[in-house]
Amino acid sequence: METVLDHARQEPVWNTNKKVIVALVALTLGLIVFPLFGPSPFYLHLMILIFMYAVMSQSWNVIAGLSGQISLGHGAFFGIGAYTSSVLYVQYGITPWLGILLGMVFAALVAIAIGIPMLRLSGHYFAIATLLIGISFQVVFQRWEMVGAASGLWIPLTEESSWLALQFHDSKAPYYYIFLAFFAVTYLLVWRLSNSKIGFRLRAVRDDYQAASSLGIDVSRYKIIAYVISAIIMAPMGSLFAQYILIVDPDRMFNLEISILVLLMTVLGGIGNIWGPLVGVAILIPISEYTRIYLGGTGGAVDLIFYGLILMLICVFRPAGLISFLPKHLLEREKHR
Amino acid sequence: MSILSVENLGKSFGGIRANHDISFDISPGEILGIIGPNGAGKSTLFDLITGYTRADTGKVIFDGNDITRMRPDRISNLGIGRTFQKLKPFADLTLLENVMIGSFARENNIKDARDKALEIIDFVDLIEKRHHFARELSTGQRKRLELARAMATEPKLLLMDEVTGGVDQKTIPGLVALIQKMKASGVTIATIEHNINIIMEVSDHILALDQGQRIAFGRPRDIQNNEKVIDAYLGTVDVA
Repeated sequence: METVLDHARQEPVWNTNKKVIVALVALTLGLIVFPLFGPSPFYLHLMILIFMYAVMSQSWNVIAGLSGQISLGHGAFFGIGAYTSSVLYVQYGITPWLGILLGMVFAALVAIAIGIPMLRLSGHYFAIATLLIGISFQVVFQRWEMVGAASGLWIPLTEESSWLALQFHDSKAPYYYIFLAFFAVTYLLVWRLSNSKIGFRLRAVRDDYQAASSLGIDVSRYKIIAYVISAIIMAPMGSLFAQYILIVDPDRMFNLEISILVLLMTVLGGIGNIWGPLVGVAILIPISEYTRIYLGGTGGAVDLIFYGLILMLICVFRPAGLISFLPKHLLEREKHR
Repeated sequence: MSILSVENLGKSFGGIRANHDISFDISPGEILGIIGPNGAGKSTLFDLITGYTRADTGKVIFDGNDITRMRPDRISNLGIGRTFQKLKPFADLTLLENVMIGSFARENNIKDARDKALEIIDFVDLIEKRHHFARELSTGQRKRLELARAMATEPKLLLMDEVTGGVDQKTIPGLVALIQKMKASGVTIATIEHNINIIMEVSDHILALDQGQRIAFGRPRDIQNNEKVIDAYLGTVDVA
């Protein structure tokens, strides 16, 4: 006779819901063929921003959603990525592709340097410390002559579009595909991470660090692992964005708004859920871009007021984020229920 | 040869001596019951042994290693598991995920960790509840969750803090049977208990504490007749 234990052993280890897999494959194919339909540059631009912020918010989701540490200075890793690849290209002619890799390395080193002392702080103090670190990066780069100080660096234009120099002047489509590739790979890897030993142990640290340490988990070490992974995800977006707009300056690349937006989008979509950041970004980025169009300039910060309102509503009425409106059986965590 | 040896352990909080000069040994395979009135220092003793509180004085030797003032995760990795008096389940994770986090202490692969967790969940008779979130479980079930989670780390010694505390009467026999089943599986156990009947039933030795000090140590029936223990429990009150 088959016991409940035998039955339980045969259950899949992770979500293999066919509907979810079909939807993901369809979405991926749809995104791959989208540029072939000749969308206007504005729509390609919109999609590029969505991919970029989806990755950035996922980065924040790893440290905040998975390991429970609220970072308010995550823009620093974006700026480190942007400046690493740009400075190497502008001053030494090194291809931005190598710059992206080195940016990830620098971001990881900075995360370790910040994480070792700061992650010993509990909850709120870590958040405040990261906020100040985020601001101080901007201040340092505003005064650092070698990297152009406050006016930043222009990335010299190549004569023709070049994959090596990561510059495309005729069409946004190559940028679209590069950002799409980073987006897809990031989400795939984070999904793998959250279903691994490290992912389980990070959730344990988040939920109860004392219980976690009673199960052999070195809490400080795991917090640093999460912080480093998060930084490594964030940095390439800075490098790619620099190549996209071909300028780096402290006001744009170390903007405090970046740190706030990734938080906002993740919380809106659903913190701690791998699809949460994507949902939040897919809603907020179009709103932001359209308010810019209708209100001109930077949107007169009206979008930020609007975001604040949304955030309040979510926190009060739907703390699990918009993703929680999806049917429960489709969500990873509810797979067998 | 004892598996755990506590020597002259002491800890003060402010002016209060939570533990003072406590010594005892646990032999492999036995159940040590720890009793004492509220505030006797029982939970502090567990926190000292497992590294959650740093000892002021004394030594703790586990399985040949000096673990005094070692970090909790290292002590866990050496083979001491524990449950908490104030339960600490990972509330937003399922029962299965809770126990898997325990089994990841020895396993690296997700499937191995899952299969081992399932076996232990079956062992504590909660297999039907495996996909329930910890917050949805009753107190008695959450006690079993904590036992299963600690067992999943394959401890040589398991410290249980009031496993039968706070659960309804009809749940108690099942928990007692589980403790005996765990002992039969080969794990050494130290258990803090308020329920004297249970402690007498399951323990091989009993350590009695009062006001942070050891007042008695011995076989259950010796403890039962020990005057200091009777005093501590009943108080030296005048009979009206």
